[in-house]
Amino acid sequence: MAQREATAPVSLRASGAVARRQAVSRGSRYVLLAATLVGVFVLLVLAYETAIEGADRISWSFITNYPSRFADQAGLRSSILGTAWVMGATIALAFPIAIGTAIWMEEFAPRNILLTIVKLNLANLAGVPSIIYGILGLALFVRFLEMGPSILAGAFTLSLMIIPMTVIASQEAIRQVPPSIKEASLAVGATHWQTVRHHVLPGAMPGIMTGIILATSRAIGETAALIMIGAFTFIAFDNTSLTDDFTTVPIQIYNWTIRPQEAFRQNAAAAIILLMVAVVGLNLIAALIRERFRRE
Amino acid sequence: MKGECALQATVDQQAALARALRKQPFRRTSEMVIKTLLLLCAAVSLLTTALIVFVLFSEAWTFFEHVSLAEFFLDTDWQPLFEPSSFGIWELVAGTMNVVLWSLVFALPVGLGTAIYLSEYAHPRTRKVLKPLLEALAGVPTVVYAYFALTVVTQDVLQPLFGRDNIPIFNSLSASLMLAVMILPTIASISEDAMASVPRDLREAAYGLGSTRMEVALRVVVPAALSGIIAAILLATARVVGETMIVAIAAGSTPHLTLWPNESIQTMTGFMLQIGLGDVARGSVKYQSLFAVALVLFMMTLIFNIAATLIVGRYREEYE
Repeated sequence: MAQREATAPVSLRASGAVARRQAVSRGSRYVLLAATLVGVFVLLVLAYETAIEGADRISWSFITNYPSRFADQAGLRSSILGTAWVMGATIALAFPIAIGTAIWMEEFAPRNILLTIVKLNLANLAGVPSIIYGILGLALFVRFLEMGPSILAGAFTLSLMIIPMTVIASQEAIRQVPPSIKEASLAVGATHWQTVRHHVLPGAMPGIMTGIILATSRAIGETAALIMIGAFTFIAFDNTSLTDDFTTVPIQIYNWTIRPQEAFRQNAAAAIILLMVAVVGLNLIAALIRERFRRE
Repeated sequence: MKGECALQATVDQQAALARALRKQPFRRTSEMVIKTLLLLCAAVSLLTTALIVFVLFSEAWTFFEHVSLAEFFLDTDWQPLFEPSSFGIWELVAGTMNVVLWSLVFALPVGLGTAIYLSEYAHPRTRKVLKPLLEALAGVPTVVYAYFALTVVTQDVLQPLFGRDNIPIFNSLSASLMLAVMILPTIASISEDAMASVPRDLREAAYGLGSTRMEVALRVVVPAALSGIIAAILLATARVVGETMIVAIAAGSTPHLTLWPNESIQTMTGFMLQIGLGDVARGSVKYQSLFAVALVLFMMTLIFNIAATLIVGRYREEYE
């Protein structure tokens, strides 16, 4: 026993400068973890604050009433309808064009300078601020093509905005389809388009759908571009055609936020809860599709 | 009889072959039609860029017929709505730079810390939970952040903390804080991707020489991933420059040549939204100033985005 203690100084534990470096490194884990949790913490605080502020205002009449200058009578009816119309038209316009572009780039485009230009152009368009799309919509659709601040003008504007991100997601999905499937189809005599139509597209569909849903969730919250084309208006009727003036839920939130009265602040919070339910719902669906088809 | 039958069969076969051959050109035309349609789809995005550039330049051209380039770039006063009007862009650019500066001050340490933790420290299972939560922040509509900036951040936190005299109701600090939250996932996610693609050999060599985990992360992985990190910062900057709702609602609408966070300012996007809200007469200089500001904004975001793309391109070459 005594002999063992004599040789004990040979320890694996570091001392001096090395021990200090190791302690600093161990400590760094907690500092960095704290930084990571800042984002999560902010997310939770925001969710909590909104729920506290707005939950009491959510009722059936809040959804079915037109906007009003009296906060307790104001509702989201016209903005929900406007959002539904503009999103429907945007989806119908944007997605065929986006998927067509992605198919052309991945399957039909000649591998030359033209393809490079289209690719670079898309990457840059995806980074253009939404308010610039709003300016384009204002000058081109509202004024030059004389559509006015209509649902159609809004849908065209939002379509141009979400096409780049949808193309990029769809390209990714098309690239994931194994070439062996394509080669098999071509080998039994199918034409290039038949191969794409019956084998590539179905295989890429889950990825394309994910991209489409995420683009929709971005468009549904878009405010600045639609304000620029003139959708910041008082609407007290139900939209019935694409040429109607319109407003949307995010614009209504903006309208209520900038008013000084506390009661309108509650309305804004209640509308935010509904908007976030839609956005989170869309993101969950996208995540589910991605998980469901990952294994195949 | 037998010969006739055989003859009949050959005739049938020939007819089938002829039909098939006739079908071939049809299939080829339909292929051509579809190919052309797809090409037209792809042309839409090229057309979009062309139209943006055309609209911005042509309207800005009319603006510069009334306001000289010298006034636009040398004057320091932005007062387009009241007489005597003056159009010096710098107050708006300063407003934009103000929120860029402060949002990066808050978002950079937190975003890079997050990226380092997720890439170098976190258990794969922890990362799998935390990363989607952080990316959820990127999906929040910006008008929602704007609401928080004005109500929660300014009225519930900043004003009680620093006093109403020091923090006006519209201030750049509240907008910058929410912009920082908005770009946090951009910085964290892209930086983390860059760190994750640093080859393992580099880490193992450093550990082999006796480095601690923190030394490996800060002295080996971060420098090796630096170009990816810079690209992330540039992309985040472009998003702040182009973001409208947060700054329009929370930062105010009074142009000031200042970088202090406790003042009411106006950014380029904030001014554009202000014009978009009202009904400024078409063809007036005020209306056209919108396009001149939009052109400056478009150029700024384009430069940041292209710089990011170039840096990422260089970075890929290094490791493949």
